[in-house]
Amino acid sequence: MSKPRVKIPKSAAAGEIITIKTLITHKMESGQRKDKQGNPIPRMIINSFECTFNGERVFGCDMEPAISANPYLQFTARVPESGEFEFVWKDDEGSVFSTKKKIKVA
Amino acid sequence: SLLRPAAAQQSITQDDLLAFDPVGNVTLLHVTDIHAQLVPVYFREPSVNLGVGEVAGLPPHITGKEFLSTFDLTPGSYKAYSMASTDFLALAKEYGRIGGMDRMATLVNAIRAERPTQTLFLDGGDTWQGSYTSLQTQGEDMVRVMNAMKTDAMTAHWEFTYGTERVEELIDQMDFPFLAANVRDTDWEEPVFESTSYFERGGVKVAVIGQAFPYTPIANPRYMIPSWSFGIREKELQERVDEARAEGAGLVVLLSHNGFDVDRKLASNVTGLDVVLTGHTHDAVPEAIKVGKTLLIASGSHGKFLSRLDLDIRDGEVKDFRYRLIPVLSDVIAPDPEMAAVIKDVRAPYEADVNRVLGKTESLLYRRGNFNGTFDDLICDALLSERDAQIALSPGFRWGATLLPGQDITVDDVYNMTAITYPNAYRNEMTGQMLKDILEDVADNLFNPDPYYQQGGDMVRVGGMGYRIDPTKAIGSRISDMTLLSSGAPIDPSASYVVAGWASVNEGTEGPPIYDVVSDYIEKAGTVAVKQNDSVKIVGI
Amino acid sequence: AAIAGLPSIALGAEKAEMRVAEFLGGATASEGGLSLEMPEIAENGNTVPLTVRVDGEATADRYAESVLILADGNPEPGVATFHFTPLSGTQEASTRMRLAKTQNVIAVAKMNDGSFMRTDNLVKVTIGGCGG
Ligand SMILES: [Mn+2]
Ligand SMILES: [Mn+2]
Repeated sequence: MSKPRVKIPKSAAAGEIITIKTLITHKMESGQRKDKQGNPIPRMIINSFECTFNGERVFGCDMEPAISANPYLQFTARVPESGEFEFVWKDDEGSVFSTKKKIKVA
Repeated sequence: SLLRPAAAQQSITQDDLLAFDPVGNVTLLHVTDIHAQLVPVYFREPSVNLGVGEVAGLPPHITGKEFLSTFDLTPGSYKAYSMASTDFLALAKEYGRIGGMDRMATLVNAIRAERPTQTLFLDGGDTWQGSYTSLQTQGEDMVRVMNAMKTDAMTAHWEFTYGTERVEELIDQMDFPFLAANVRDTDWEEPVFESTSYFERGGVKVAVIGQAFPYTPIANPRYMIPSWSFGIREKELQERVDEARAEGAGLVVLLSHNGFDVDRKLASNVTGLDVVLTGHTHDAVPEAIKVGKTLLIASGSHGKFLSRLDLDIRDGEVKDFRYRLIPVLSDVIAPDPEMAAVIKDVRAPYEADVNRVLGKTESLLYRRGNFNGTFDDLICDALLSERDAQIALSPGFRWGATLLPGQDITVDDVYNMTAITYPNAYRNEMTGQMLKDILEDVADNLFNPDPYYQQGGDMVRVGGMGYRIDPTKAIGSRISDMTLLSSGAPIDPSASYVVAGWASVNEGTEGPPIYDVVSDYIEKAGTVAVKQNDSVKIVGI
Repeated sequence: AAIAGLPSIALGAEKAEMRVAEFLGGATASEGGLSLEMPEIAENGNTVPLTVRVDGEATADRYAESVLILADGNPEPGVATFHFTPLSGTQEASTRMRLAKTQNVIAVAKMNDGSFMRTDNLVKVTIGGCGG
């Protein structure tokens, strides 16, 4: 259902700071809207994101209903060594979406 | 013809217009906001062009006699005629029409012949829109003409109103770069267009950075370019300038469609810009305005002027410069035969249509000015009558040519005022509160003291309604005393009014195209006359 | 619509200040060192880009643990909280938010040493139309 996409360089120099961009498809239902019958539509959003590198936290974000549909995040990471980034999104229903990306330090 | 320019031919020559004591090693030629005007027109400069906050009373916010004295222009001279509104009607009869891309080509080619290895010819955008033929060919006529002009680079604004696909198609047809450093895609926020072009001129590496109109998706329909995001992006621009310097550029030029006040602020915040060629606000300023080390050039609109800026660049610095805002007086310039042939060719399929006479005007018809213009009053009259409305709204566009009293009104003339790709003339009910919100919103886009919050248009024009405005007040509190003219009663915030208007940026707007509404109205009337409009009271200035 | 009724602005601003007070936990925030980059006028109130930046690189000695972002004219002011670490490299991150109308966006950063910084920026959400 929710498809994550990540943009990240394939390689970096040791200690280099790289830019990472992430997108995940999601309606981000704010809980503020009403349906055609006038009943409130319950909130259903991605509420957290975390990026780790070789198991260590790089960047995290707690999201609230004002975050736009298909949440976009851009941040940076210092790359000390070759390894693997993991990206994890969680929503209000407890669903977890994740993806991984390897990077090589020359 | 009716309006033969007698004195012009006798006293002014093409050589007078081209007279220039050259300096240095680079010549920048700049045109902007041509608005697809291929053939000569009249164009009256504004008599009201208010500045607020720090820019109050500074160029370009001076008009009329004050403009003439500030720039030491002789009243009645051809320079006075072209740059200020004073005595416009008398001087128009004396000096005639302005512009025409065949005349422009003559001037550009003459300067190129004089400075063959030093000259760059740059187009600031709003080139592809504003006429019958540009609308019919979806901008292609202007791409042909600007290719034939051997343009070196352009940036854009109204170009985007042809939509994503058409813009991409036309860029493919261009022989020169389309530069827009400040456009990003809405998914990944990555550049969509080239930002910078490099040229060797007079032994100098010249970097030209393009800046498209930052508020295109707000001022014009966003749905036509849904995946492109704009903005001023000062920080990214600084990065492009630094990049250009690192590439060895000795001269860094911003080819900008920001509008003058935005560029003035930008030039004081971004370091390393030698020249900003401004556009969008249609200002014609006969001197280069210095902001720190940056020179700001304002080249007018409608092909009325060609700017020539000579620069002496040594050791990566401007050591000296000379500037002239050259009026393109159509009647004293020999048309360039090649360009005249191109123009004839692109207009040929439409000649019969554009020359059709709809009626005649008894009044001077113009648009430009902060609060109202007589052609907009005519459009509002047409909307009230043809759409059977109580109130009419007409956008404060700055483009649109001028017609003199006694002139025929042709289809060409109507399209010069209305040729847009979202022309539907709506008829809606609006509450008094909604009308107030619209006026306040547009007023802030014009009079916010921070130019980065401005959009560079003029105030929305109203028919059937009057109001009082204090431009110096804060957002939401500038407008008062809104009155329905037909009854003299105050506009009630909770009452509904039938409002007709055009150029809505909302998708799915319904109604007949505005050019048909205006054409029908003029044809029915035969001869039109526009009454003096005193319905907007300006206070606080 | 651009022009909001005053009561809802006041309510949003009040709620936002309550969130700020809670985040500060009695500390005071200084000015400078923290910036919020946004368009002056939003193109689309449904997706307004924003970038938060704390000056200086993130290091083990100094980094922004949390940056709270609030929009004081929305029905609920909360937007997001960014968490940087020494591995973040910079202390700069971007996202896109919904803004119901013209309003202030507030960022408050809590550094790892317990100090706080704050910045407020106006974003205009307009009806649109017209131009030169
Ligand atoms: Mn223009
Ligand atoms: Mn423009």
